[in-house]
Amino acid sequence: MGDDTGLMTVLLAMFAGAIRVSTPFLFVSLGEMLTEKSGRINLGLEGTLVFGAMSGYAISYHTGSPWFGVLVAGVAGSLFGALHGYLCKLPKVNDIAIGIAMMLFGTGLAFFFGKAYIQPSAPRLPALSLGGWSDHPGIRQALEINPLFLLGVGLAVLLWWALKNTRYGLVLRTTGDSAPAALALGININLVRLLATTAGGFLAGIGGSFLSLYYPGSWTEGLSSGQGLMAVALVIFARWNPIYCFWAALLFGAAGALGPALQSIGISRGYHFFNAAPYILTLLIMIVSTSPKRSLKGAPGELSITK
Amino acid sequence: MADTTETLPLTAEKGRFSETLERVRRSSEYVVMPILALIVSGILFSIFLFALGKSPVDFFSLVWRGGFGTSFSWQNTLARSAPLVFTALCVAIPARLGLVIIGGEGALVLGGFAAGAIAIPLIGVVPSYVLLAVMLFASMIAGGAWIGCVGALRHFRGVNETIASLLMFYIAVSILNFFVEGALRDPSDPNKPSTAPIGSENMVGFIPGTDVHWGLLVGILLCGLLYLLMNRTTFGFAAQIAGGNLRAAQAQGLPVGKLMVISCAIAGACAGLAGFFEVAAIHGKANASLIAGYGFTGILVSFLARHNPLVIVPVAIFLGGIAASGGLVQRRMDLPDATVLLLQGLIFLVLLVSETFYGRLPFFRSKGAQ
Repeated sequence: MGDDTGLMTVLLAMFAGAIRVSTPFLFVSLGEMLTEKSGRINLGLEGTLVFGAMSGYAISYHTGSPWFGVLVAGVAGSLFGALHGYLCKLPKVNDIAIGIAMMLFGTGLAFFFGKAYIQPSAPRLPALSLGGWSDHPGIRQALEINPLFLLGVGLAVLLWWALKNTRYGLVLRTTGDSAPAALALGININLVRLLATTAGGFLAGIGGSFLSLYYPGSWTEGLSSGQGLMAVALVIFARWNPIYCFWAALLFGAAGALGPALQSIGISRGYHFFNAAPYILTLLIMIVSTSPKRSLKGAPGELSITK
Repeated sequence: MADTTETLPLTAEKGRFSETLERVRRSSEYVVMPILALIVSGILFSIFLFALGKSPVDFFSLVWRGGFGTSFSWQNTLARSAPLVFTALCVAIPARLGLVIIGGEGALVLGGFAAGAIAIPLIGVVPSYVLLAVMLFASMIAGGAWIGCVGALRHFRGVNETIASLLMFYIAVSILNFFVEGALRDPSDPNKPSTAPIGSENMVGFIPGTDVHWGLLVGILLCGLLYLLMNRTTFGFAAQIAGGNLRAAQAQGLPVGKLMVISCAIAGACAGLAGFFEVAAIHGKANASLIAGYGFTGILVSFLARHNPLVIVPVAIFLGGIAASGGLVQRRMDLPDATVLLLQGLIFLVLLVSETFYGRLPFFRSKGAQ
């Protein structure tokens, strides 16, 4: 009996954790998906995520409106994205290297301005209580869902539809698959990529604000440890499909929730490894899902990491 | 007749001289451009500081004083440069093959941990030079295997080495924490979870007359050795071909997979050595202090040095000096400690953008090509 409730608690905690932890993954991976669909990779989203977290928190603290913080985080993120998009346009400039530099730069900028916001507490994002029908406190707590999660789900569906069915989706896919074909169609490749990277940065910034404004819910320097980078791997695993991005984000969220969930029922032995579960999972997924022999299904043809 | 025979060698001499001059002028691009990039980032950072109401002049004079101004600051700088040399090599060697490895910090952490862990049963049992030799090899094997794995994953499974190496950094940190806070924790130290101290009598000493440990000298020697390996041997030549065009190298029958794994293993062993010296010369034990960001600054060092092992040493000293001045800048100007990180990020960005100007500035262009 004791084991049963223990397992139940772990499963509930993982379910709740999957929803909470997956939200930033979802946003960053959707943003990265957009960027990669245009044929470029932005490894700097890790820095964007951290800066989004810091700026969202700071704005929420100063204005008292967490939603305004989310917006500002998105705008800040899109500035980072635009910078990346603009710099990569220059000849002989490598998008992967710029991404690494943006990672350091974004993190440095966030830590520089964020020092003052480690102590004060800012108003956090409210949650929607969808568990009112249940008497079980665990289920109620698990169904405290942040609106950003629902927004992310809606966005995944919208992007999935738009990539397939709209003119913009076609232009984006063409640019990513074959630059010469896009040129022949009269598409301004650099503009498309600039916009795609900017939009990707916007989403990553929002993902970052979720970290500081909802879960874990405060600004610290160790807030994002590689989540922006994991999202890049996640996009490859999700085969550049927004709907798969959603499922992959849930999986990563559950993996991230494993450590805290086990700790909550008193299993703390080896919790370092449970906390490392998302990284190990990402690595395993990359090992299983890529191949040196064939190109990946759904991969944009212009993408440097899959060439 | 006599005139011409006399003037001939003279014109030939003149031709060779101007040819050398021409070559120097063209190759000076590789020196001038990074320096220009440094100057531009300095200017941009000054504007940033000015906008915040801080004096850029104060900042740079403090960086000078804290990093290079006095003999004390020089020693501080050099002590910080040693790990940077090793971690930069961890980026530079695979870069010859076109691989971008950014997880050198992971190999450093694991190398340091391996050194600290293997020492535990040996402390006081074996003479100190045996202990140090065992620790040295343990750290090199741990680091080499760690980054070697990245190379193998890249070759055999097509896993992107940049992402894989960074993910493995986080895994390395959790391995360190798991053991240091668990099975291998030294119970006599209640404050910070660490492995047992190796004892001051067993530690790597300082270069006579300084406060700089031998790691710096080893790093300089290693840079020279690896320069020879990458530029004067068939191995290095093969690696360079594989970096230039992978398919051409494969078509030539070069063992590309072997080259990748071996280069990555060498790279990892270098970063592991950084961990060894951190444990054996600075901390005396393995703990979370190993995670000090040297691996990430090493990326910038290697890029600034254009992945040339010989240039890595001066660049590492330069960036080590900036890092060493961080404390002084923080105290005197009331700037956060992330200032150095921000400056590094800015330098990195400007440096990469400077790539675009290679071959486009008229001064460096070859006269014949015009």
